[in-house]
Amino acid sequence: MQAHFRHFILSLVLLISLLAASCAPVGTLTQTSTEASGEEVVTIEYWQYNFGVRVTAMNELIAQFEAENPNIKVIHNSDIPYDDYRNKIAASVPAGVGPDIATLFYGWQPAWVDAGYIVPLPEDEFPHEQVLAEFSPMVKASFFEGKLFSLPTAVRTLALFYNKDLMASAGLDPEKPPRTLDELKEQAVQCTVKEGDQFKVYGFIVNPPGQAHHWFREVLLRQFGQQPYSDDYRKVLWNASEGGYQAWETFLSFERELGTGVAGVYQNDQDGFLAGEVCFHLDGSFRLGNIATNAPDLNFGVVELPEHNGIKSTFGSYWTHGITTKAAADPARYAAAIKFLKFITTPAAGKLWVGITGELPAQLEAASDPELLADEKLGAFAAGLPYAHSTFFVDESKDRQAIIDAYDAVVLNNADPRQELDIAVETVQALLDNFWSSRQ
Amino acid sequence: MKLTLRQRQILWAYIFLSVSLLFFITIRWWPTLLAFDISFRNWNVFQGSGPWIGLANYERIWEDLFRPRSAVRAAFSNTLRYVLFGVPIQLTLALCFALLLARIRVLAGFFRAAYFIPFVTSLVAVAFVWNWLYAPQMGLINQLLKLIGWPTQQFLRDTSLALPSITAVAIWRSIGFAIVIFLAGLQQIPDIFYEAAQIDGANRWQMFWRITLPLLNPVIVYLAVLQTIDFLRMFDLVQNMTQGGPLNSTTTVVLEVYNEGFSSYNMGYAAALTVILFLVILLITVIQLRVLSRRVEY
Amino acid sequence: MSSSIESNVTQRLEVVERLVSSSQRKQFRFSWDLFFAYLVLSLGAVVMITPFIWMILTSLKPPPELVQFSFLPKNPTLENYWHVLNTSNFGRWYFNSILIAIISTTSVAFFDTLVGYTLNKFEFPGKNVIFLGMLATLMVPTEMLIIPWFTMSVQFGWNQGYAQYWGIVFPGVITAVGIFLMRQFFDGVPNELLDAARIDGMHEFGIFWRVAAPLVKPAIAALCIFNFIGNWNAYLWPLIIASSREFYTLPVGLSFFRGETSTQWEKLMTGASLATVPLLLVFLIFQRQIIKGIALTGLKG
Repeated sequence: MQAHFRHFILSLVLLISLLAASCAPVGTLTQTSTEASGEEVVTIEYWQYNFGVRVTAMNELIAQFEAENPNIKVIHNSDIPYDDYRNKIAASVPAGVGPDIATLFYGWQPAWVDAGYIVPLPEDEFPHEQVLAEFSPMVKASFFEGKLFSLPTAVRTLALFYNKDLMASAGLDPEKPPRTLDELKEQAVQCTVKEGDQFKVYGFIVNPPGQAHHWFREVLLRQFGQQPYSDDYRKVLWNASEGGYQAWETFLSFERELGTGVAGVYQNDQDGFLAGEVCFHLDGSFRLGNIATNAPDLNFGVVELPEHNGIKSTFGSYWTHGITTKAAADPARYAAAIKFLKFITTPAAGKLWVGITGELPAQLEAASDPELLADEKLGAFAAGLPYAHSTFFVDESKDRQAIIDAYDAVVLNNADPRQELDIAVETVQALLDNFWSSRQ
Repeated sequence: MKLTLRQRQILWAYIFLSVSLLFFITIRWWPTLLAFDISFRNWNVFQGSGPWIGLANYERIWEDLFRPRSAVRAAFSNTLRYVLFGVPIQLTLALCFALLLARIRVLAGFFRAAYFIPFVTSLVAVAFVWNWLYAPQMGLINQLLKLIGWPTQQFLRDTSLALPSITAVAIWRSIGFAIVIFLAGLQQIPDIFYEAAQIDGANRWQMFWRITLPLLNPVIVYLAVLQTIDFLRMFDLVQNMTQGGPLNSTTTVVLEVYNEGFSSYNMGYAAALTVILFLVILLITVIQLRVLSRRVEY
Repeated sequence: MSSSIESNVTQRLEVVERLVSSSQRKQFRFSWDLFFAYLVLSLGAVVMITPFIWMILTSLKPPPELVQFSFLPKNPTLENYWHVLNTSNFGRWYFNSILIAIISTTSVAFFDTLVGYTLNKFEFPGKNVIFLGMLATLMVPTEMLIIPWFTMSVQFGWNQGYAQYWGIVFPGVITAVGIFLMRQFFDGVPNELLDAARIDGMHEFGIFWRVAAPLVKPAIAALCIFNFIGNWNAYLWPLIIASSREFYTLPVGLSFFRGETSTQWEKLMTGASLATVPLLLVFLIFQRQIIKGIALTGLKG
């Protein structure tokens, strides 16, 4: 009797789920198809991780590309969640399947090049001087040992978000956000509200696991006269001068001396700002979409990162497209892949991309569009493109972790800041040494 | 061809095991050997191959154990601490709750489901909620502490409190598993023993110590071994809650394997760590089976 | 005459009184124990359930409320459920997860019990090595096995078409966790019973199927519950092996709500809440096998 009852329930569950499955729309693998008109059709596969607006934008570009190139078919696989995108790609290689063109985070490029997974782009199709002239300077990170390995359609930069309501209630002018580091310090202190030991409003939180570690490397260090790495990216120079230590002390000062915030209070870096409890917040252009969904009533503005000593700098990052060894193995697919890559990195493609995704275009021509610069929210990000730097990461997560650990050691365990910076430099130097020595 | 009784036994044993043995050989043991093989190579993840470098990965691990601020050293020591604190506490609590659950009748189904729910709640939800509960100022636990006049704690941002905090969540999460197994074990003990003991005038305590506990031995062994292995493999909870920090105070061996292998792409190093962890778990398990197992005559 | 009837009746009344008062006394003693039990269980239950409740409450919150530190939703809404259920493939993913969990659990219930039985009741050379070898598979994280599995699957074409269902399921059709469990629980089956059946001329498989296995039903039920749940939550392997979106399982599908720079927590919690339903159902069905008989005696604690 028990068994019957169990079987009955199980079949009921199965039945219900079958009904549910038949009711829900069945998605199809986003494939674009063209009618081949007698010519040999070359099929190439393109992979990116799943992000709504990017999938839409890429589908548009593919449709246009296939219209212009009827003998090339592009399979668009974006059914991969971000978290395990790299693992899916890694698993595909020894099994002989996978993409011909893949979109990768620029920071992964050194590892992918080291593994021989992506191939250098041919110079005659992608002349170096042309690339350097047409694209934002941050795209320099796609060059490696004199060869170009990938190109982006869109880029992101960092800027300073500010909460106009909080500024107003602190007696600050919401239309005059801080433009220099000293102004940021002053205004953040003024904006901070505490009740005894408890924060009611945070003026400015430095949160290394978020974007702050980029701010230290590519912005603060440069503003104190110290470049973060040597030009050949073989040496870490964070502590190579007094300026480096001063940048580090400034980085720490917001939590320690000025008391404008505490790292790690919010689970996600941006939660505090979105909740309207943080006055000033460092973040990238990708945060705008977040705010629109999760905090549509937030009264905020965006301004370029504060300058210091007359030096303006910001951190830029981007997702870039590379051609894989799988494509390179077959001349027809290789040629098709090159054509596709050229198509999706033109200024026109950049403009289309921006319209759909709200990201910034990689080409300076599209980026200097006055409409874009005048945009209330995107303007500050676009303004940073001419002076944006990206970091050459040998191992982004370990590099980031070195700064996080050094910061935590000082802030949680009261370690000596200078010592901690030295230890962080040693750690990252070991990473670089390891990387370069294996390339000998 | 008359077989002896013993030969018949062996034959039937292997017949019954045949499909499963085939499964284990092709799908578990062989791939595991391949994974171990990776530990002796400088493995290139994107090529799916790598040159042989002998024990070099193991040497690197050995060196890393003695580095200041070593993540690997912290991982091993933390992992052992998770087991030493987590498993005994969880099993004791589980047995207590199982005994209580076995006694009640009204709302029994509701309570049993309640203790089981953490086990079926999505891990992401678990991590998110506990992060929220442990939050430094606004978290529920800190608010309760304030109510009873205790100073607020940083919990997950405190290098000495973070590990116990996560241990508590790990215990909370899988206690339902242990409770259900204990309940099944309790169910299997024939009532006759208890009735006979009652007639002999035994009280509750004596019945527990002399009947329940010994007859639960196989279940206790199972849970002890399994939960030890589980806690030694602690990974996704830590990854979702603290990512191993602050300052490596919560990282575990499997988390380091994951970071090294799937984030830094040092797959050979990760495989070597896997082998070492495997040997440690194997050793502990064999010891546990020897020490704890006791065949009880019915 | 009447006095004897009277005394009879009074005698009977006395007996009834005694019985009633003694049972009342028993109930009175019982209630303090039970009260204590219920108290402790209730406090524990609150701790156990709170995150689950929070998860459901979060699924009812509109996106702007996710960044606030509040327990209850201020403007509860069903729009998350609407959005998730209309996400392409959500129904399909749900179905896939159920199908795979059922296939795996059925296979595991059979094979693990059979192997556990063999390891417990038979003597044969290599027994301990085999048991340890099977147990050893628990000591290696499966992340490391994914690449060999994938390469093998591609060779056999298990990552295409409907074979993907097999591709997703095959690593889990037999599990060491279950084998170990059954091996332990077969301790409670007396060998005399099996020998008696042998003497009666029953063949070995019949002894297993008809005599031994029914006696460990609670363990099989527990095994079914945990295997179902374990398969339900499988994430990495289904992601790697499935080459088309329709064959993903629910956890993979839900991970699409996590992005590079932000996560849609309210949608994720909605999916997770919906995902819990079959798990609780399976638990409620199978746990009756485990609990039947305990509450009646109340002597075991």
